Amino acid sequence: MFDLQTWTTAIHTWLTGFIPEWTAILLESVVVALIIITLYAVFAIALIYLERKICAFFQCRIGPNRVGKWGLLQVFGDVFKMLQKEIIRMRKSDRFLHDLAPYLVVTASMLTFACLPWNKGGHIIDFNIGIFFMLAVSSIGVVGILLAGLGSNSKYPMIGAMRAGAQLISYEISIGLTMLTMVALTGTMQISEIVQQQADYGWNIVRGHLPALIAFLVYLIAGNAECNRGPFDLPEGESELTAGYHTEYSGMHFGYYYLAEYLNLFIAAGIASTIFLGGWAPLHIAGLDGFNHIMDLIPGFFWFVGKTFFVVFLLMWERWTFPRLRIDHILSLEWKYLMPISLINLLLMALVVVLGLGINLN
Amino acid sequence: MENNNYIQGLFGGIKTLMVGLKTTMREFFTKKITEQYPENRNELVMFDRFRGSLVMPHNEQNEHKCIACGICSMNCPNGTIEVKSKTIETEDGKKKKILDRYIYDQGICMYCMICVRVCPQDAISFDQSFENAVFDRSKLIKQLNQPGSKVQERKPVARPVAPKPATDSSNPQPTQS
Repeated sequence: MFDLQTWTTAIHTWLTGFIPEWTAILLESVVVALIIITLYAVFAIALIYLERKICAFFQCRIGPNRVGKWGLLQVFGDVFKMLQKEIIRMRKSDRFLHDLAPYLVVTASMLTFACLPWNKGGHIIDFNIGIFFMLAVSSIGVVGILLAGLGSNSKYPMIGAMRAGAQLISYEISIGLTMLTMVALTGTMQISEIVQQQADYGWNIVRGHLPALIAFLVYLIAGNAECNRGPFDLPEGESELTAGYHTEYSGMHFGYYYLAEYLNLFIAAGIASTIFLGGWAPLHIAGLDGFNHIMDLIPGFFWFVGKTFFVVFLLMWERWTFPRLRIDHILSLEWKYLMPISLINLLLMALVVVLGLGINLN
Repeated sequence: MENNNYIQGLFGGIKTLMVGLKTTMREFFTKKITEQYPENRNELVMFDRFRGSLVMPHNEQNEHKCIACGICSMNCPNGTIEVKSKTIETEDGKKKKILDRYIYDQGICMYCMICVRVCPQDAISFDQSFENAVFDRSKLIKQLNQPGSKVQERKPVARPVAPKPATDSSNPQPTQS
């Protein structure tokens, strides 16, 4: 298996050969940050294009097909349009909070983005409480959304932010519990370690069989809710709230919300593929050594991105199938159904781990 | 009892959600219905129910079925149709009213299709043409009967509503007082 660690250490020793170590580390950090931001933009563009095409296909349409071949340049056109737009400031809005909110949202999603394991040795933020860190930084986004509602001096963002706050805080419990379920299975919170285990012993969704499958389904539902998407998009329900918490934003400030929404989708899918589908671990079927060897030749980056886009497709399927829920339905779905199910599931997983029922492939 | 409802509701909900997911997944793979209009102009066929504009079909002998009864014109809510008739004398000396000009003003037609429904002779129908834009409103006023056309000689038709219709050609017009 291709290990990015060898390359990074080689580059580091080469750099420290002629500049002091702190400069080398600073330089590496800046380069890695630039890579993350570029990937962030690239994946956002890819996701917006995918969303439009998949949505169109689910609705028996073709989707964008005029700008460029198959409409591939449509999103670039939209991005450049967005960059040219004026940032309009409202009278009597809280300027500071209003401007701060989109940055908080985008920072939260970028920090979470940095936690994803891209390859063997290709993880950027990785330490022994990785899952906790991921949960913690992903909830900074809620602050941004609430500040957007507070700072806009408008009733639609206010109501949208209140709904978003109630929804995000509720669904974070399910997300946390499903992650805890998988942590109970793997016995570690370090993301690289979780993926390494899955590369060695088989994907978690197979190892944990029934509880892992239930956790995966609960995660798919709660993940869509956490991204303010799909049937749970009532914080920005256009029919009643114009655009919800980002009604009063224009130009690139609105663009940040848009970007963060799509990247949160990618991150939710990326976390799902990390903790359930084995991250960069290639597909192995026990007994087929030739097949396993061929799968090993595909770099881990492609495995990770491929799995993530598979989960993205599942989330989009969910989004474009179900009608929007009412706020009381959303809360009762979380508190009366998903949370009890995840709690029972956690117990089930604990039993599976204690009795040693987990399947170990390879 | 309460608990039982909860479990039933949960599984019932999952089942209906699965039905929804199955439906959209089937839709995902069906042929897309989007018509990319200017490109497929040559092969684009509108669906049967589309009402493009009113036409009066003529057969190969340049004959139409209109007997100039004027029912279509009377029933038109917008006054779109004007039936101009003239009276001629047939060989056997009978007076007969025939169609002179059938004027259809497409600009004020609302495509309700009442005229087609009420026509006792099925002489008019809607076609599927849709490129009806013109630069001058007067171009929308069309004469539907072709020049030199004449009424198709009518064979006796068994009409369930009329028990004994007059079959000779001198009688079928409605009385116009």
